[in-house]
Amino acid sequence: MSALIEAQGLQKTFRARGRLVHAVNDVSLAVAPGEALGIVGESGCGKTTTARMLLRLEDPSAGRILFDGADITSLRGAALRPFRARAQLVFQNPFDALNPRFTIRRSLAEPLRNFGIPEAEHAARIDAVLNRVRLTPPEAWLDRRPHELSGGQLQRVVLARALIPGPSLIVADEPVSMLDVSVRAGILNLLREARDALGLAAIYISHDLALIRYVCERTLVMYLGRVVEEGPTTELIANPAHPYTRALVAAVPVPRVEQDRAALPIRGALSDAPPTGIGCAFRDRCPHAFARCADETPVARSLGGGRAVACHLGEAA
Amino acid sequence: MRGVRSALRFLRGEPFAAVGAAIYAVIIVVAIFADRLAPYDPKAILKVGARVARYLPMTPEHWLGTTSSGRDVLSQVIFGTRAALQVGLTAAFAVVAIGTLLGLLSGYLGGWVDRLITRVADIVLGLPFLPFMLVLAALTSPGTGVVIFTVTALLWPNTARVIRAQVLSLRERAWVEAARVTGCSTARIMFVHVLPQVLPLAALYGSVAIGWAILAEASASFLGFGDPSTVSWGVMLQDAYANQALSRGAWNWFGPPGAAIMAMVLAGFMISRGSEKLLFPKLADQ
Repeated sequence: MSALIEAQGLQKTFRARGRLVHAVNDVSLAVAPGEALGIVGESGCGKTTTARMLLRLEDPSAGRILFDGADITSLRGAALRPFRARAQLVFQNPFDALNPRFTIRRSLAEPLRNFGIPEAEHAARIDAVLNRVRLTPPEAWLDRRPHELSGGQLQRVVLARALIPGPSLIVADEPVSMLDVSVRAGILNLLREARDALGLAAIYISHDLALIRYVCERTLVMYLGRVVEEGPTTELIANPAHPYTRALVAAVPVPRVEQDRAALPIRGALSDAPPTGIGCAFRDRCPHAFARCADETPVARSLGGGRAVACHLGEAA
Repeated sequence: MRGVRSALRFLRGEPFAAVGAAIYAVIIVVAIFADRLAPYDPKAILKVGARVARYLPMTPEHWLGTTSSGRDVLSQVIFGTRAALQVGLTAAFAVVAIGTLLGLLSGYLGGWVDRLITRVADIVLGLPFLPFMLVLAALTSPGTGVVIFTVTALLWPNTARVIRAQVLSLRERAWVEAARVTGCSTARIMFVHVLPQVLPLAALYGSVAIGWAILAEASASFLGFGDPSTVSWGVMLQDAYANQALSRGAWNWFGPPGAAIMAMVLAGFMISRGSEKLLFPKLADQ
């Protein structure tokens, strides 16, 4: 299986008040064509920065990004455009994702123009994509401006804009977290339909395990810039291997729980984390931490069946 | 045509902008038809019989009286609109063009471009306006060229700083990122996506710059650094001052050019006030 997009050892280091902050630390991942990968973690775990690096919106401090086998890590400007046409982004906040002065027609024509699609085809493609996101009839929406639309409608336009260049990969960064609960399912289903119809790969970024479970086949759990666990979503949720994943799963409010699970108390908050360096970043909050966790940074080890975890617990000593 | 209609609709909803625009409209029409509207040649020394018609009060022949050298005040005020518009619009356009361009580059590109532009702007902001202009006028030939140059050279940092600040906040917006993802070049993002958002703000600074330019021209002329061969409101004021018009109570001489300057500067501010709605398109529906 050759990956559509692959990241190898991605790192992002920011300098904040003279201190280096490792926002993303040695993240590797691969997404096959048509596959949906979820990245979960709490605020500040580096999931959005990872996504931005994958889309070449942020330069990685180290590591490589391969798209369709080609290294795109250091491409810039016009050289990046063919990649841009194939990897699109759905934004978290639909109220800010569209140029307020552009009509819907113009917002949708902009990518077509930038990717060199002849103007004669624009109208037909815009109509088709608006039908796909169920903004029908298209004529009723074309000349409106963003402030005339609701959040759900705006997110449909944002999705349409992402689909219109004919991408192979969609990155959705918290695509429904800013929307009313009543319209969330509609947007997610729309995304799924579009993916099925067009065979798109997707990366969903979210803090919401329920959403990830609904849409992603495979999931990556991040904590403080590192991948702590990875595997097929259903198994990962049914049988989490990392204490942090267990805590995440335990934190999902489900009215009727089918699986046996005990609430797993973890202490403190993200800011209590030890400065990145040697040892497991989670050790101060982990109920199972032991001496080795402070001395040695856990590396990912395979659990079989596509699963991997970075934790000393259960490791052969 | 659609632009004209929406401009009219905008003015109806914005009384401040409407008054400002009306003042400008009057000034522009007067400037265009100055030679037909002015009853006399503004530079001609008029005579009553054999004597120079000096210090005439307001009469049906001379609505605003005459000056100490027997020139018709009304005709001078009318011809003064041309100088005012020429100086005001040229300087304002230059200020806005340079300030907006540098502010946009500085804010969007950041890095050394930003550091260079802000540093130069800081230095320029430290230059005193009037002394700079007077020294320049003394070293070169006095006239409107110096006024326009001074206003442009010293006023662009105000515009550039505000535009830069605005661009700094705009560039963090998700739709700018969206433009990058959808393949826009940096130049296109700057000039097609970001620039239109800051143009109303730039226009606001432009309308303020018109006022500044006219005041600068008046100050320079008043201090004797104007071009005495042109007919401008500033030159009129200087002429009146030099001939003790105030102590003679000849308010019909210095009043009208002063009022004209005030009206034009005020009009600029009123238009800029009214343009707030253009700045925030969402308000247009409320």
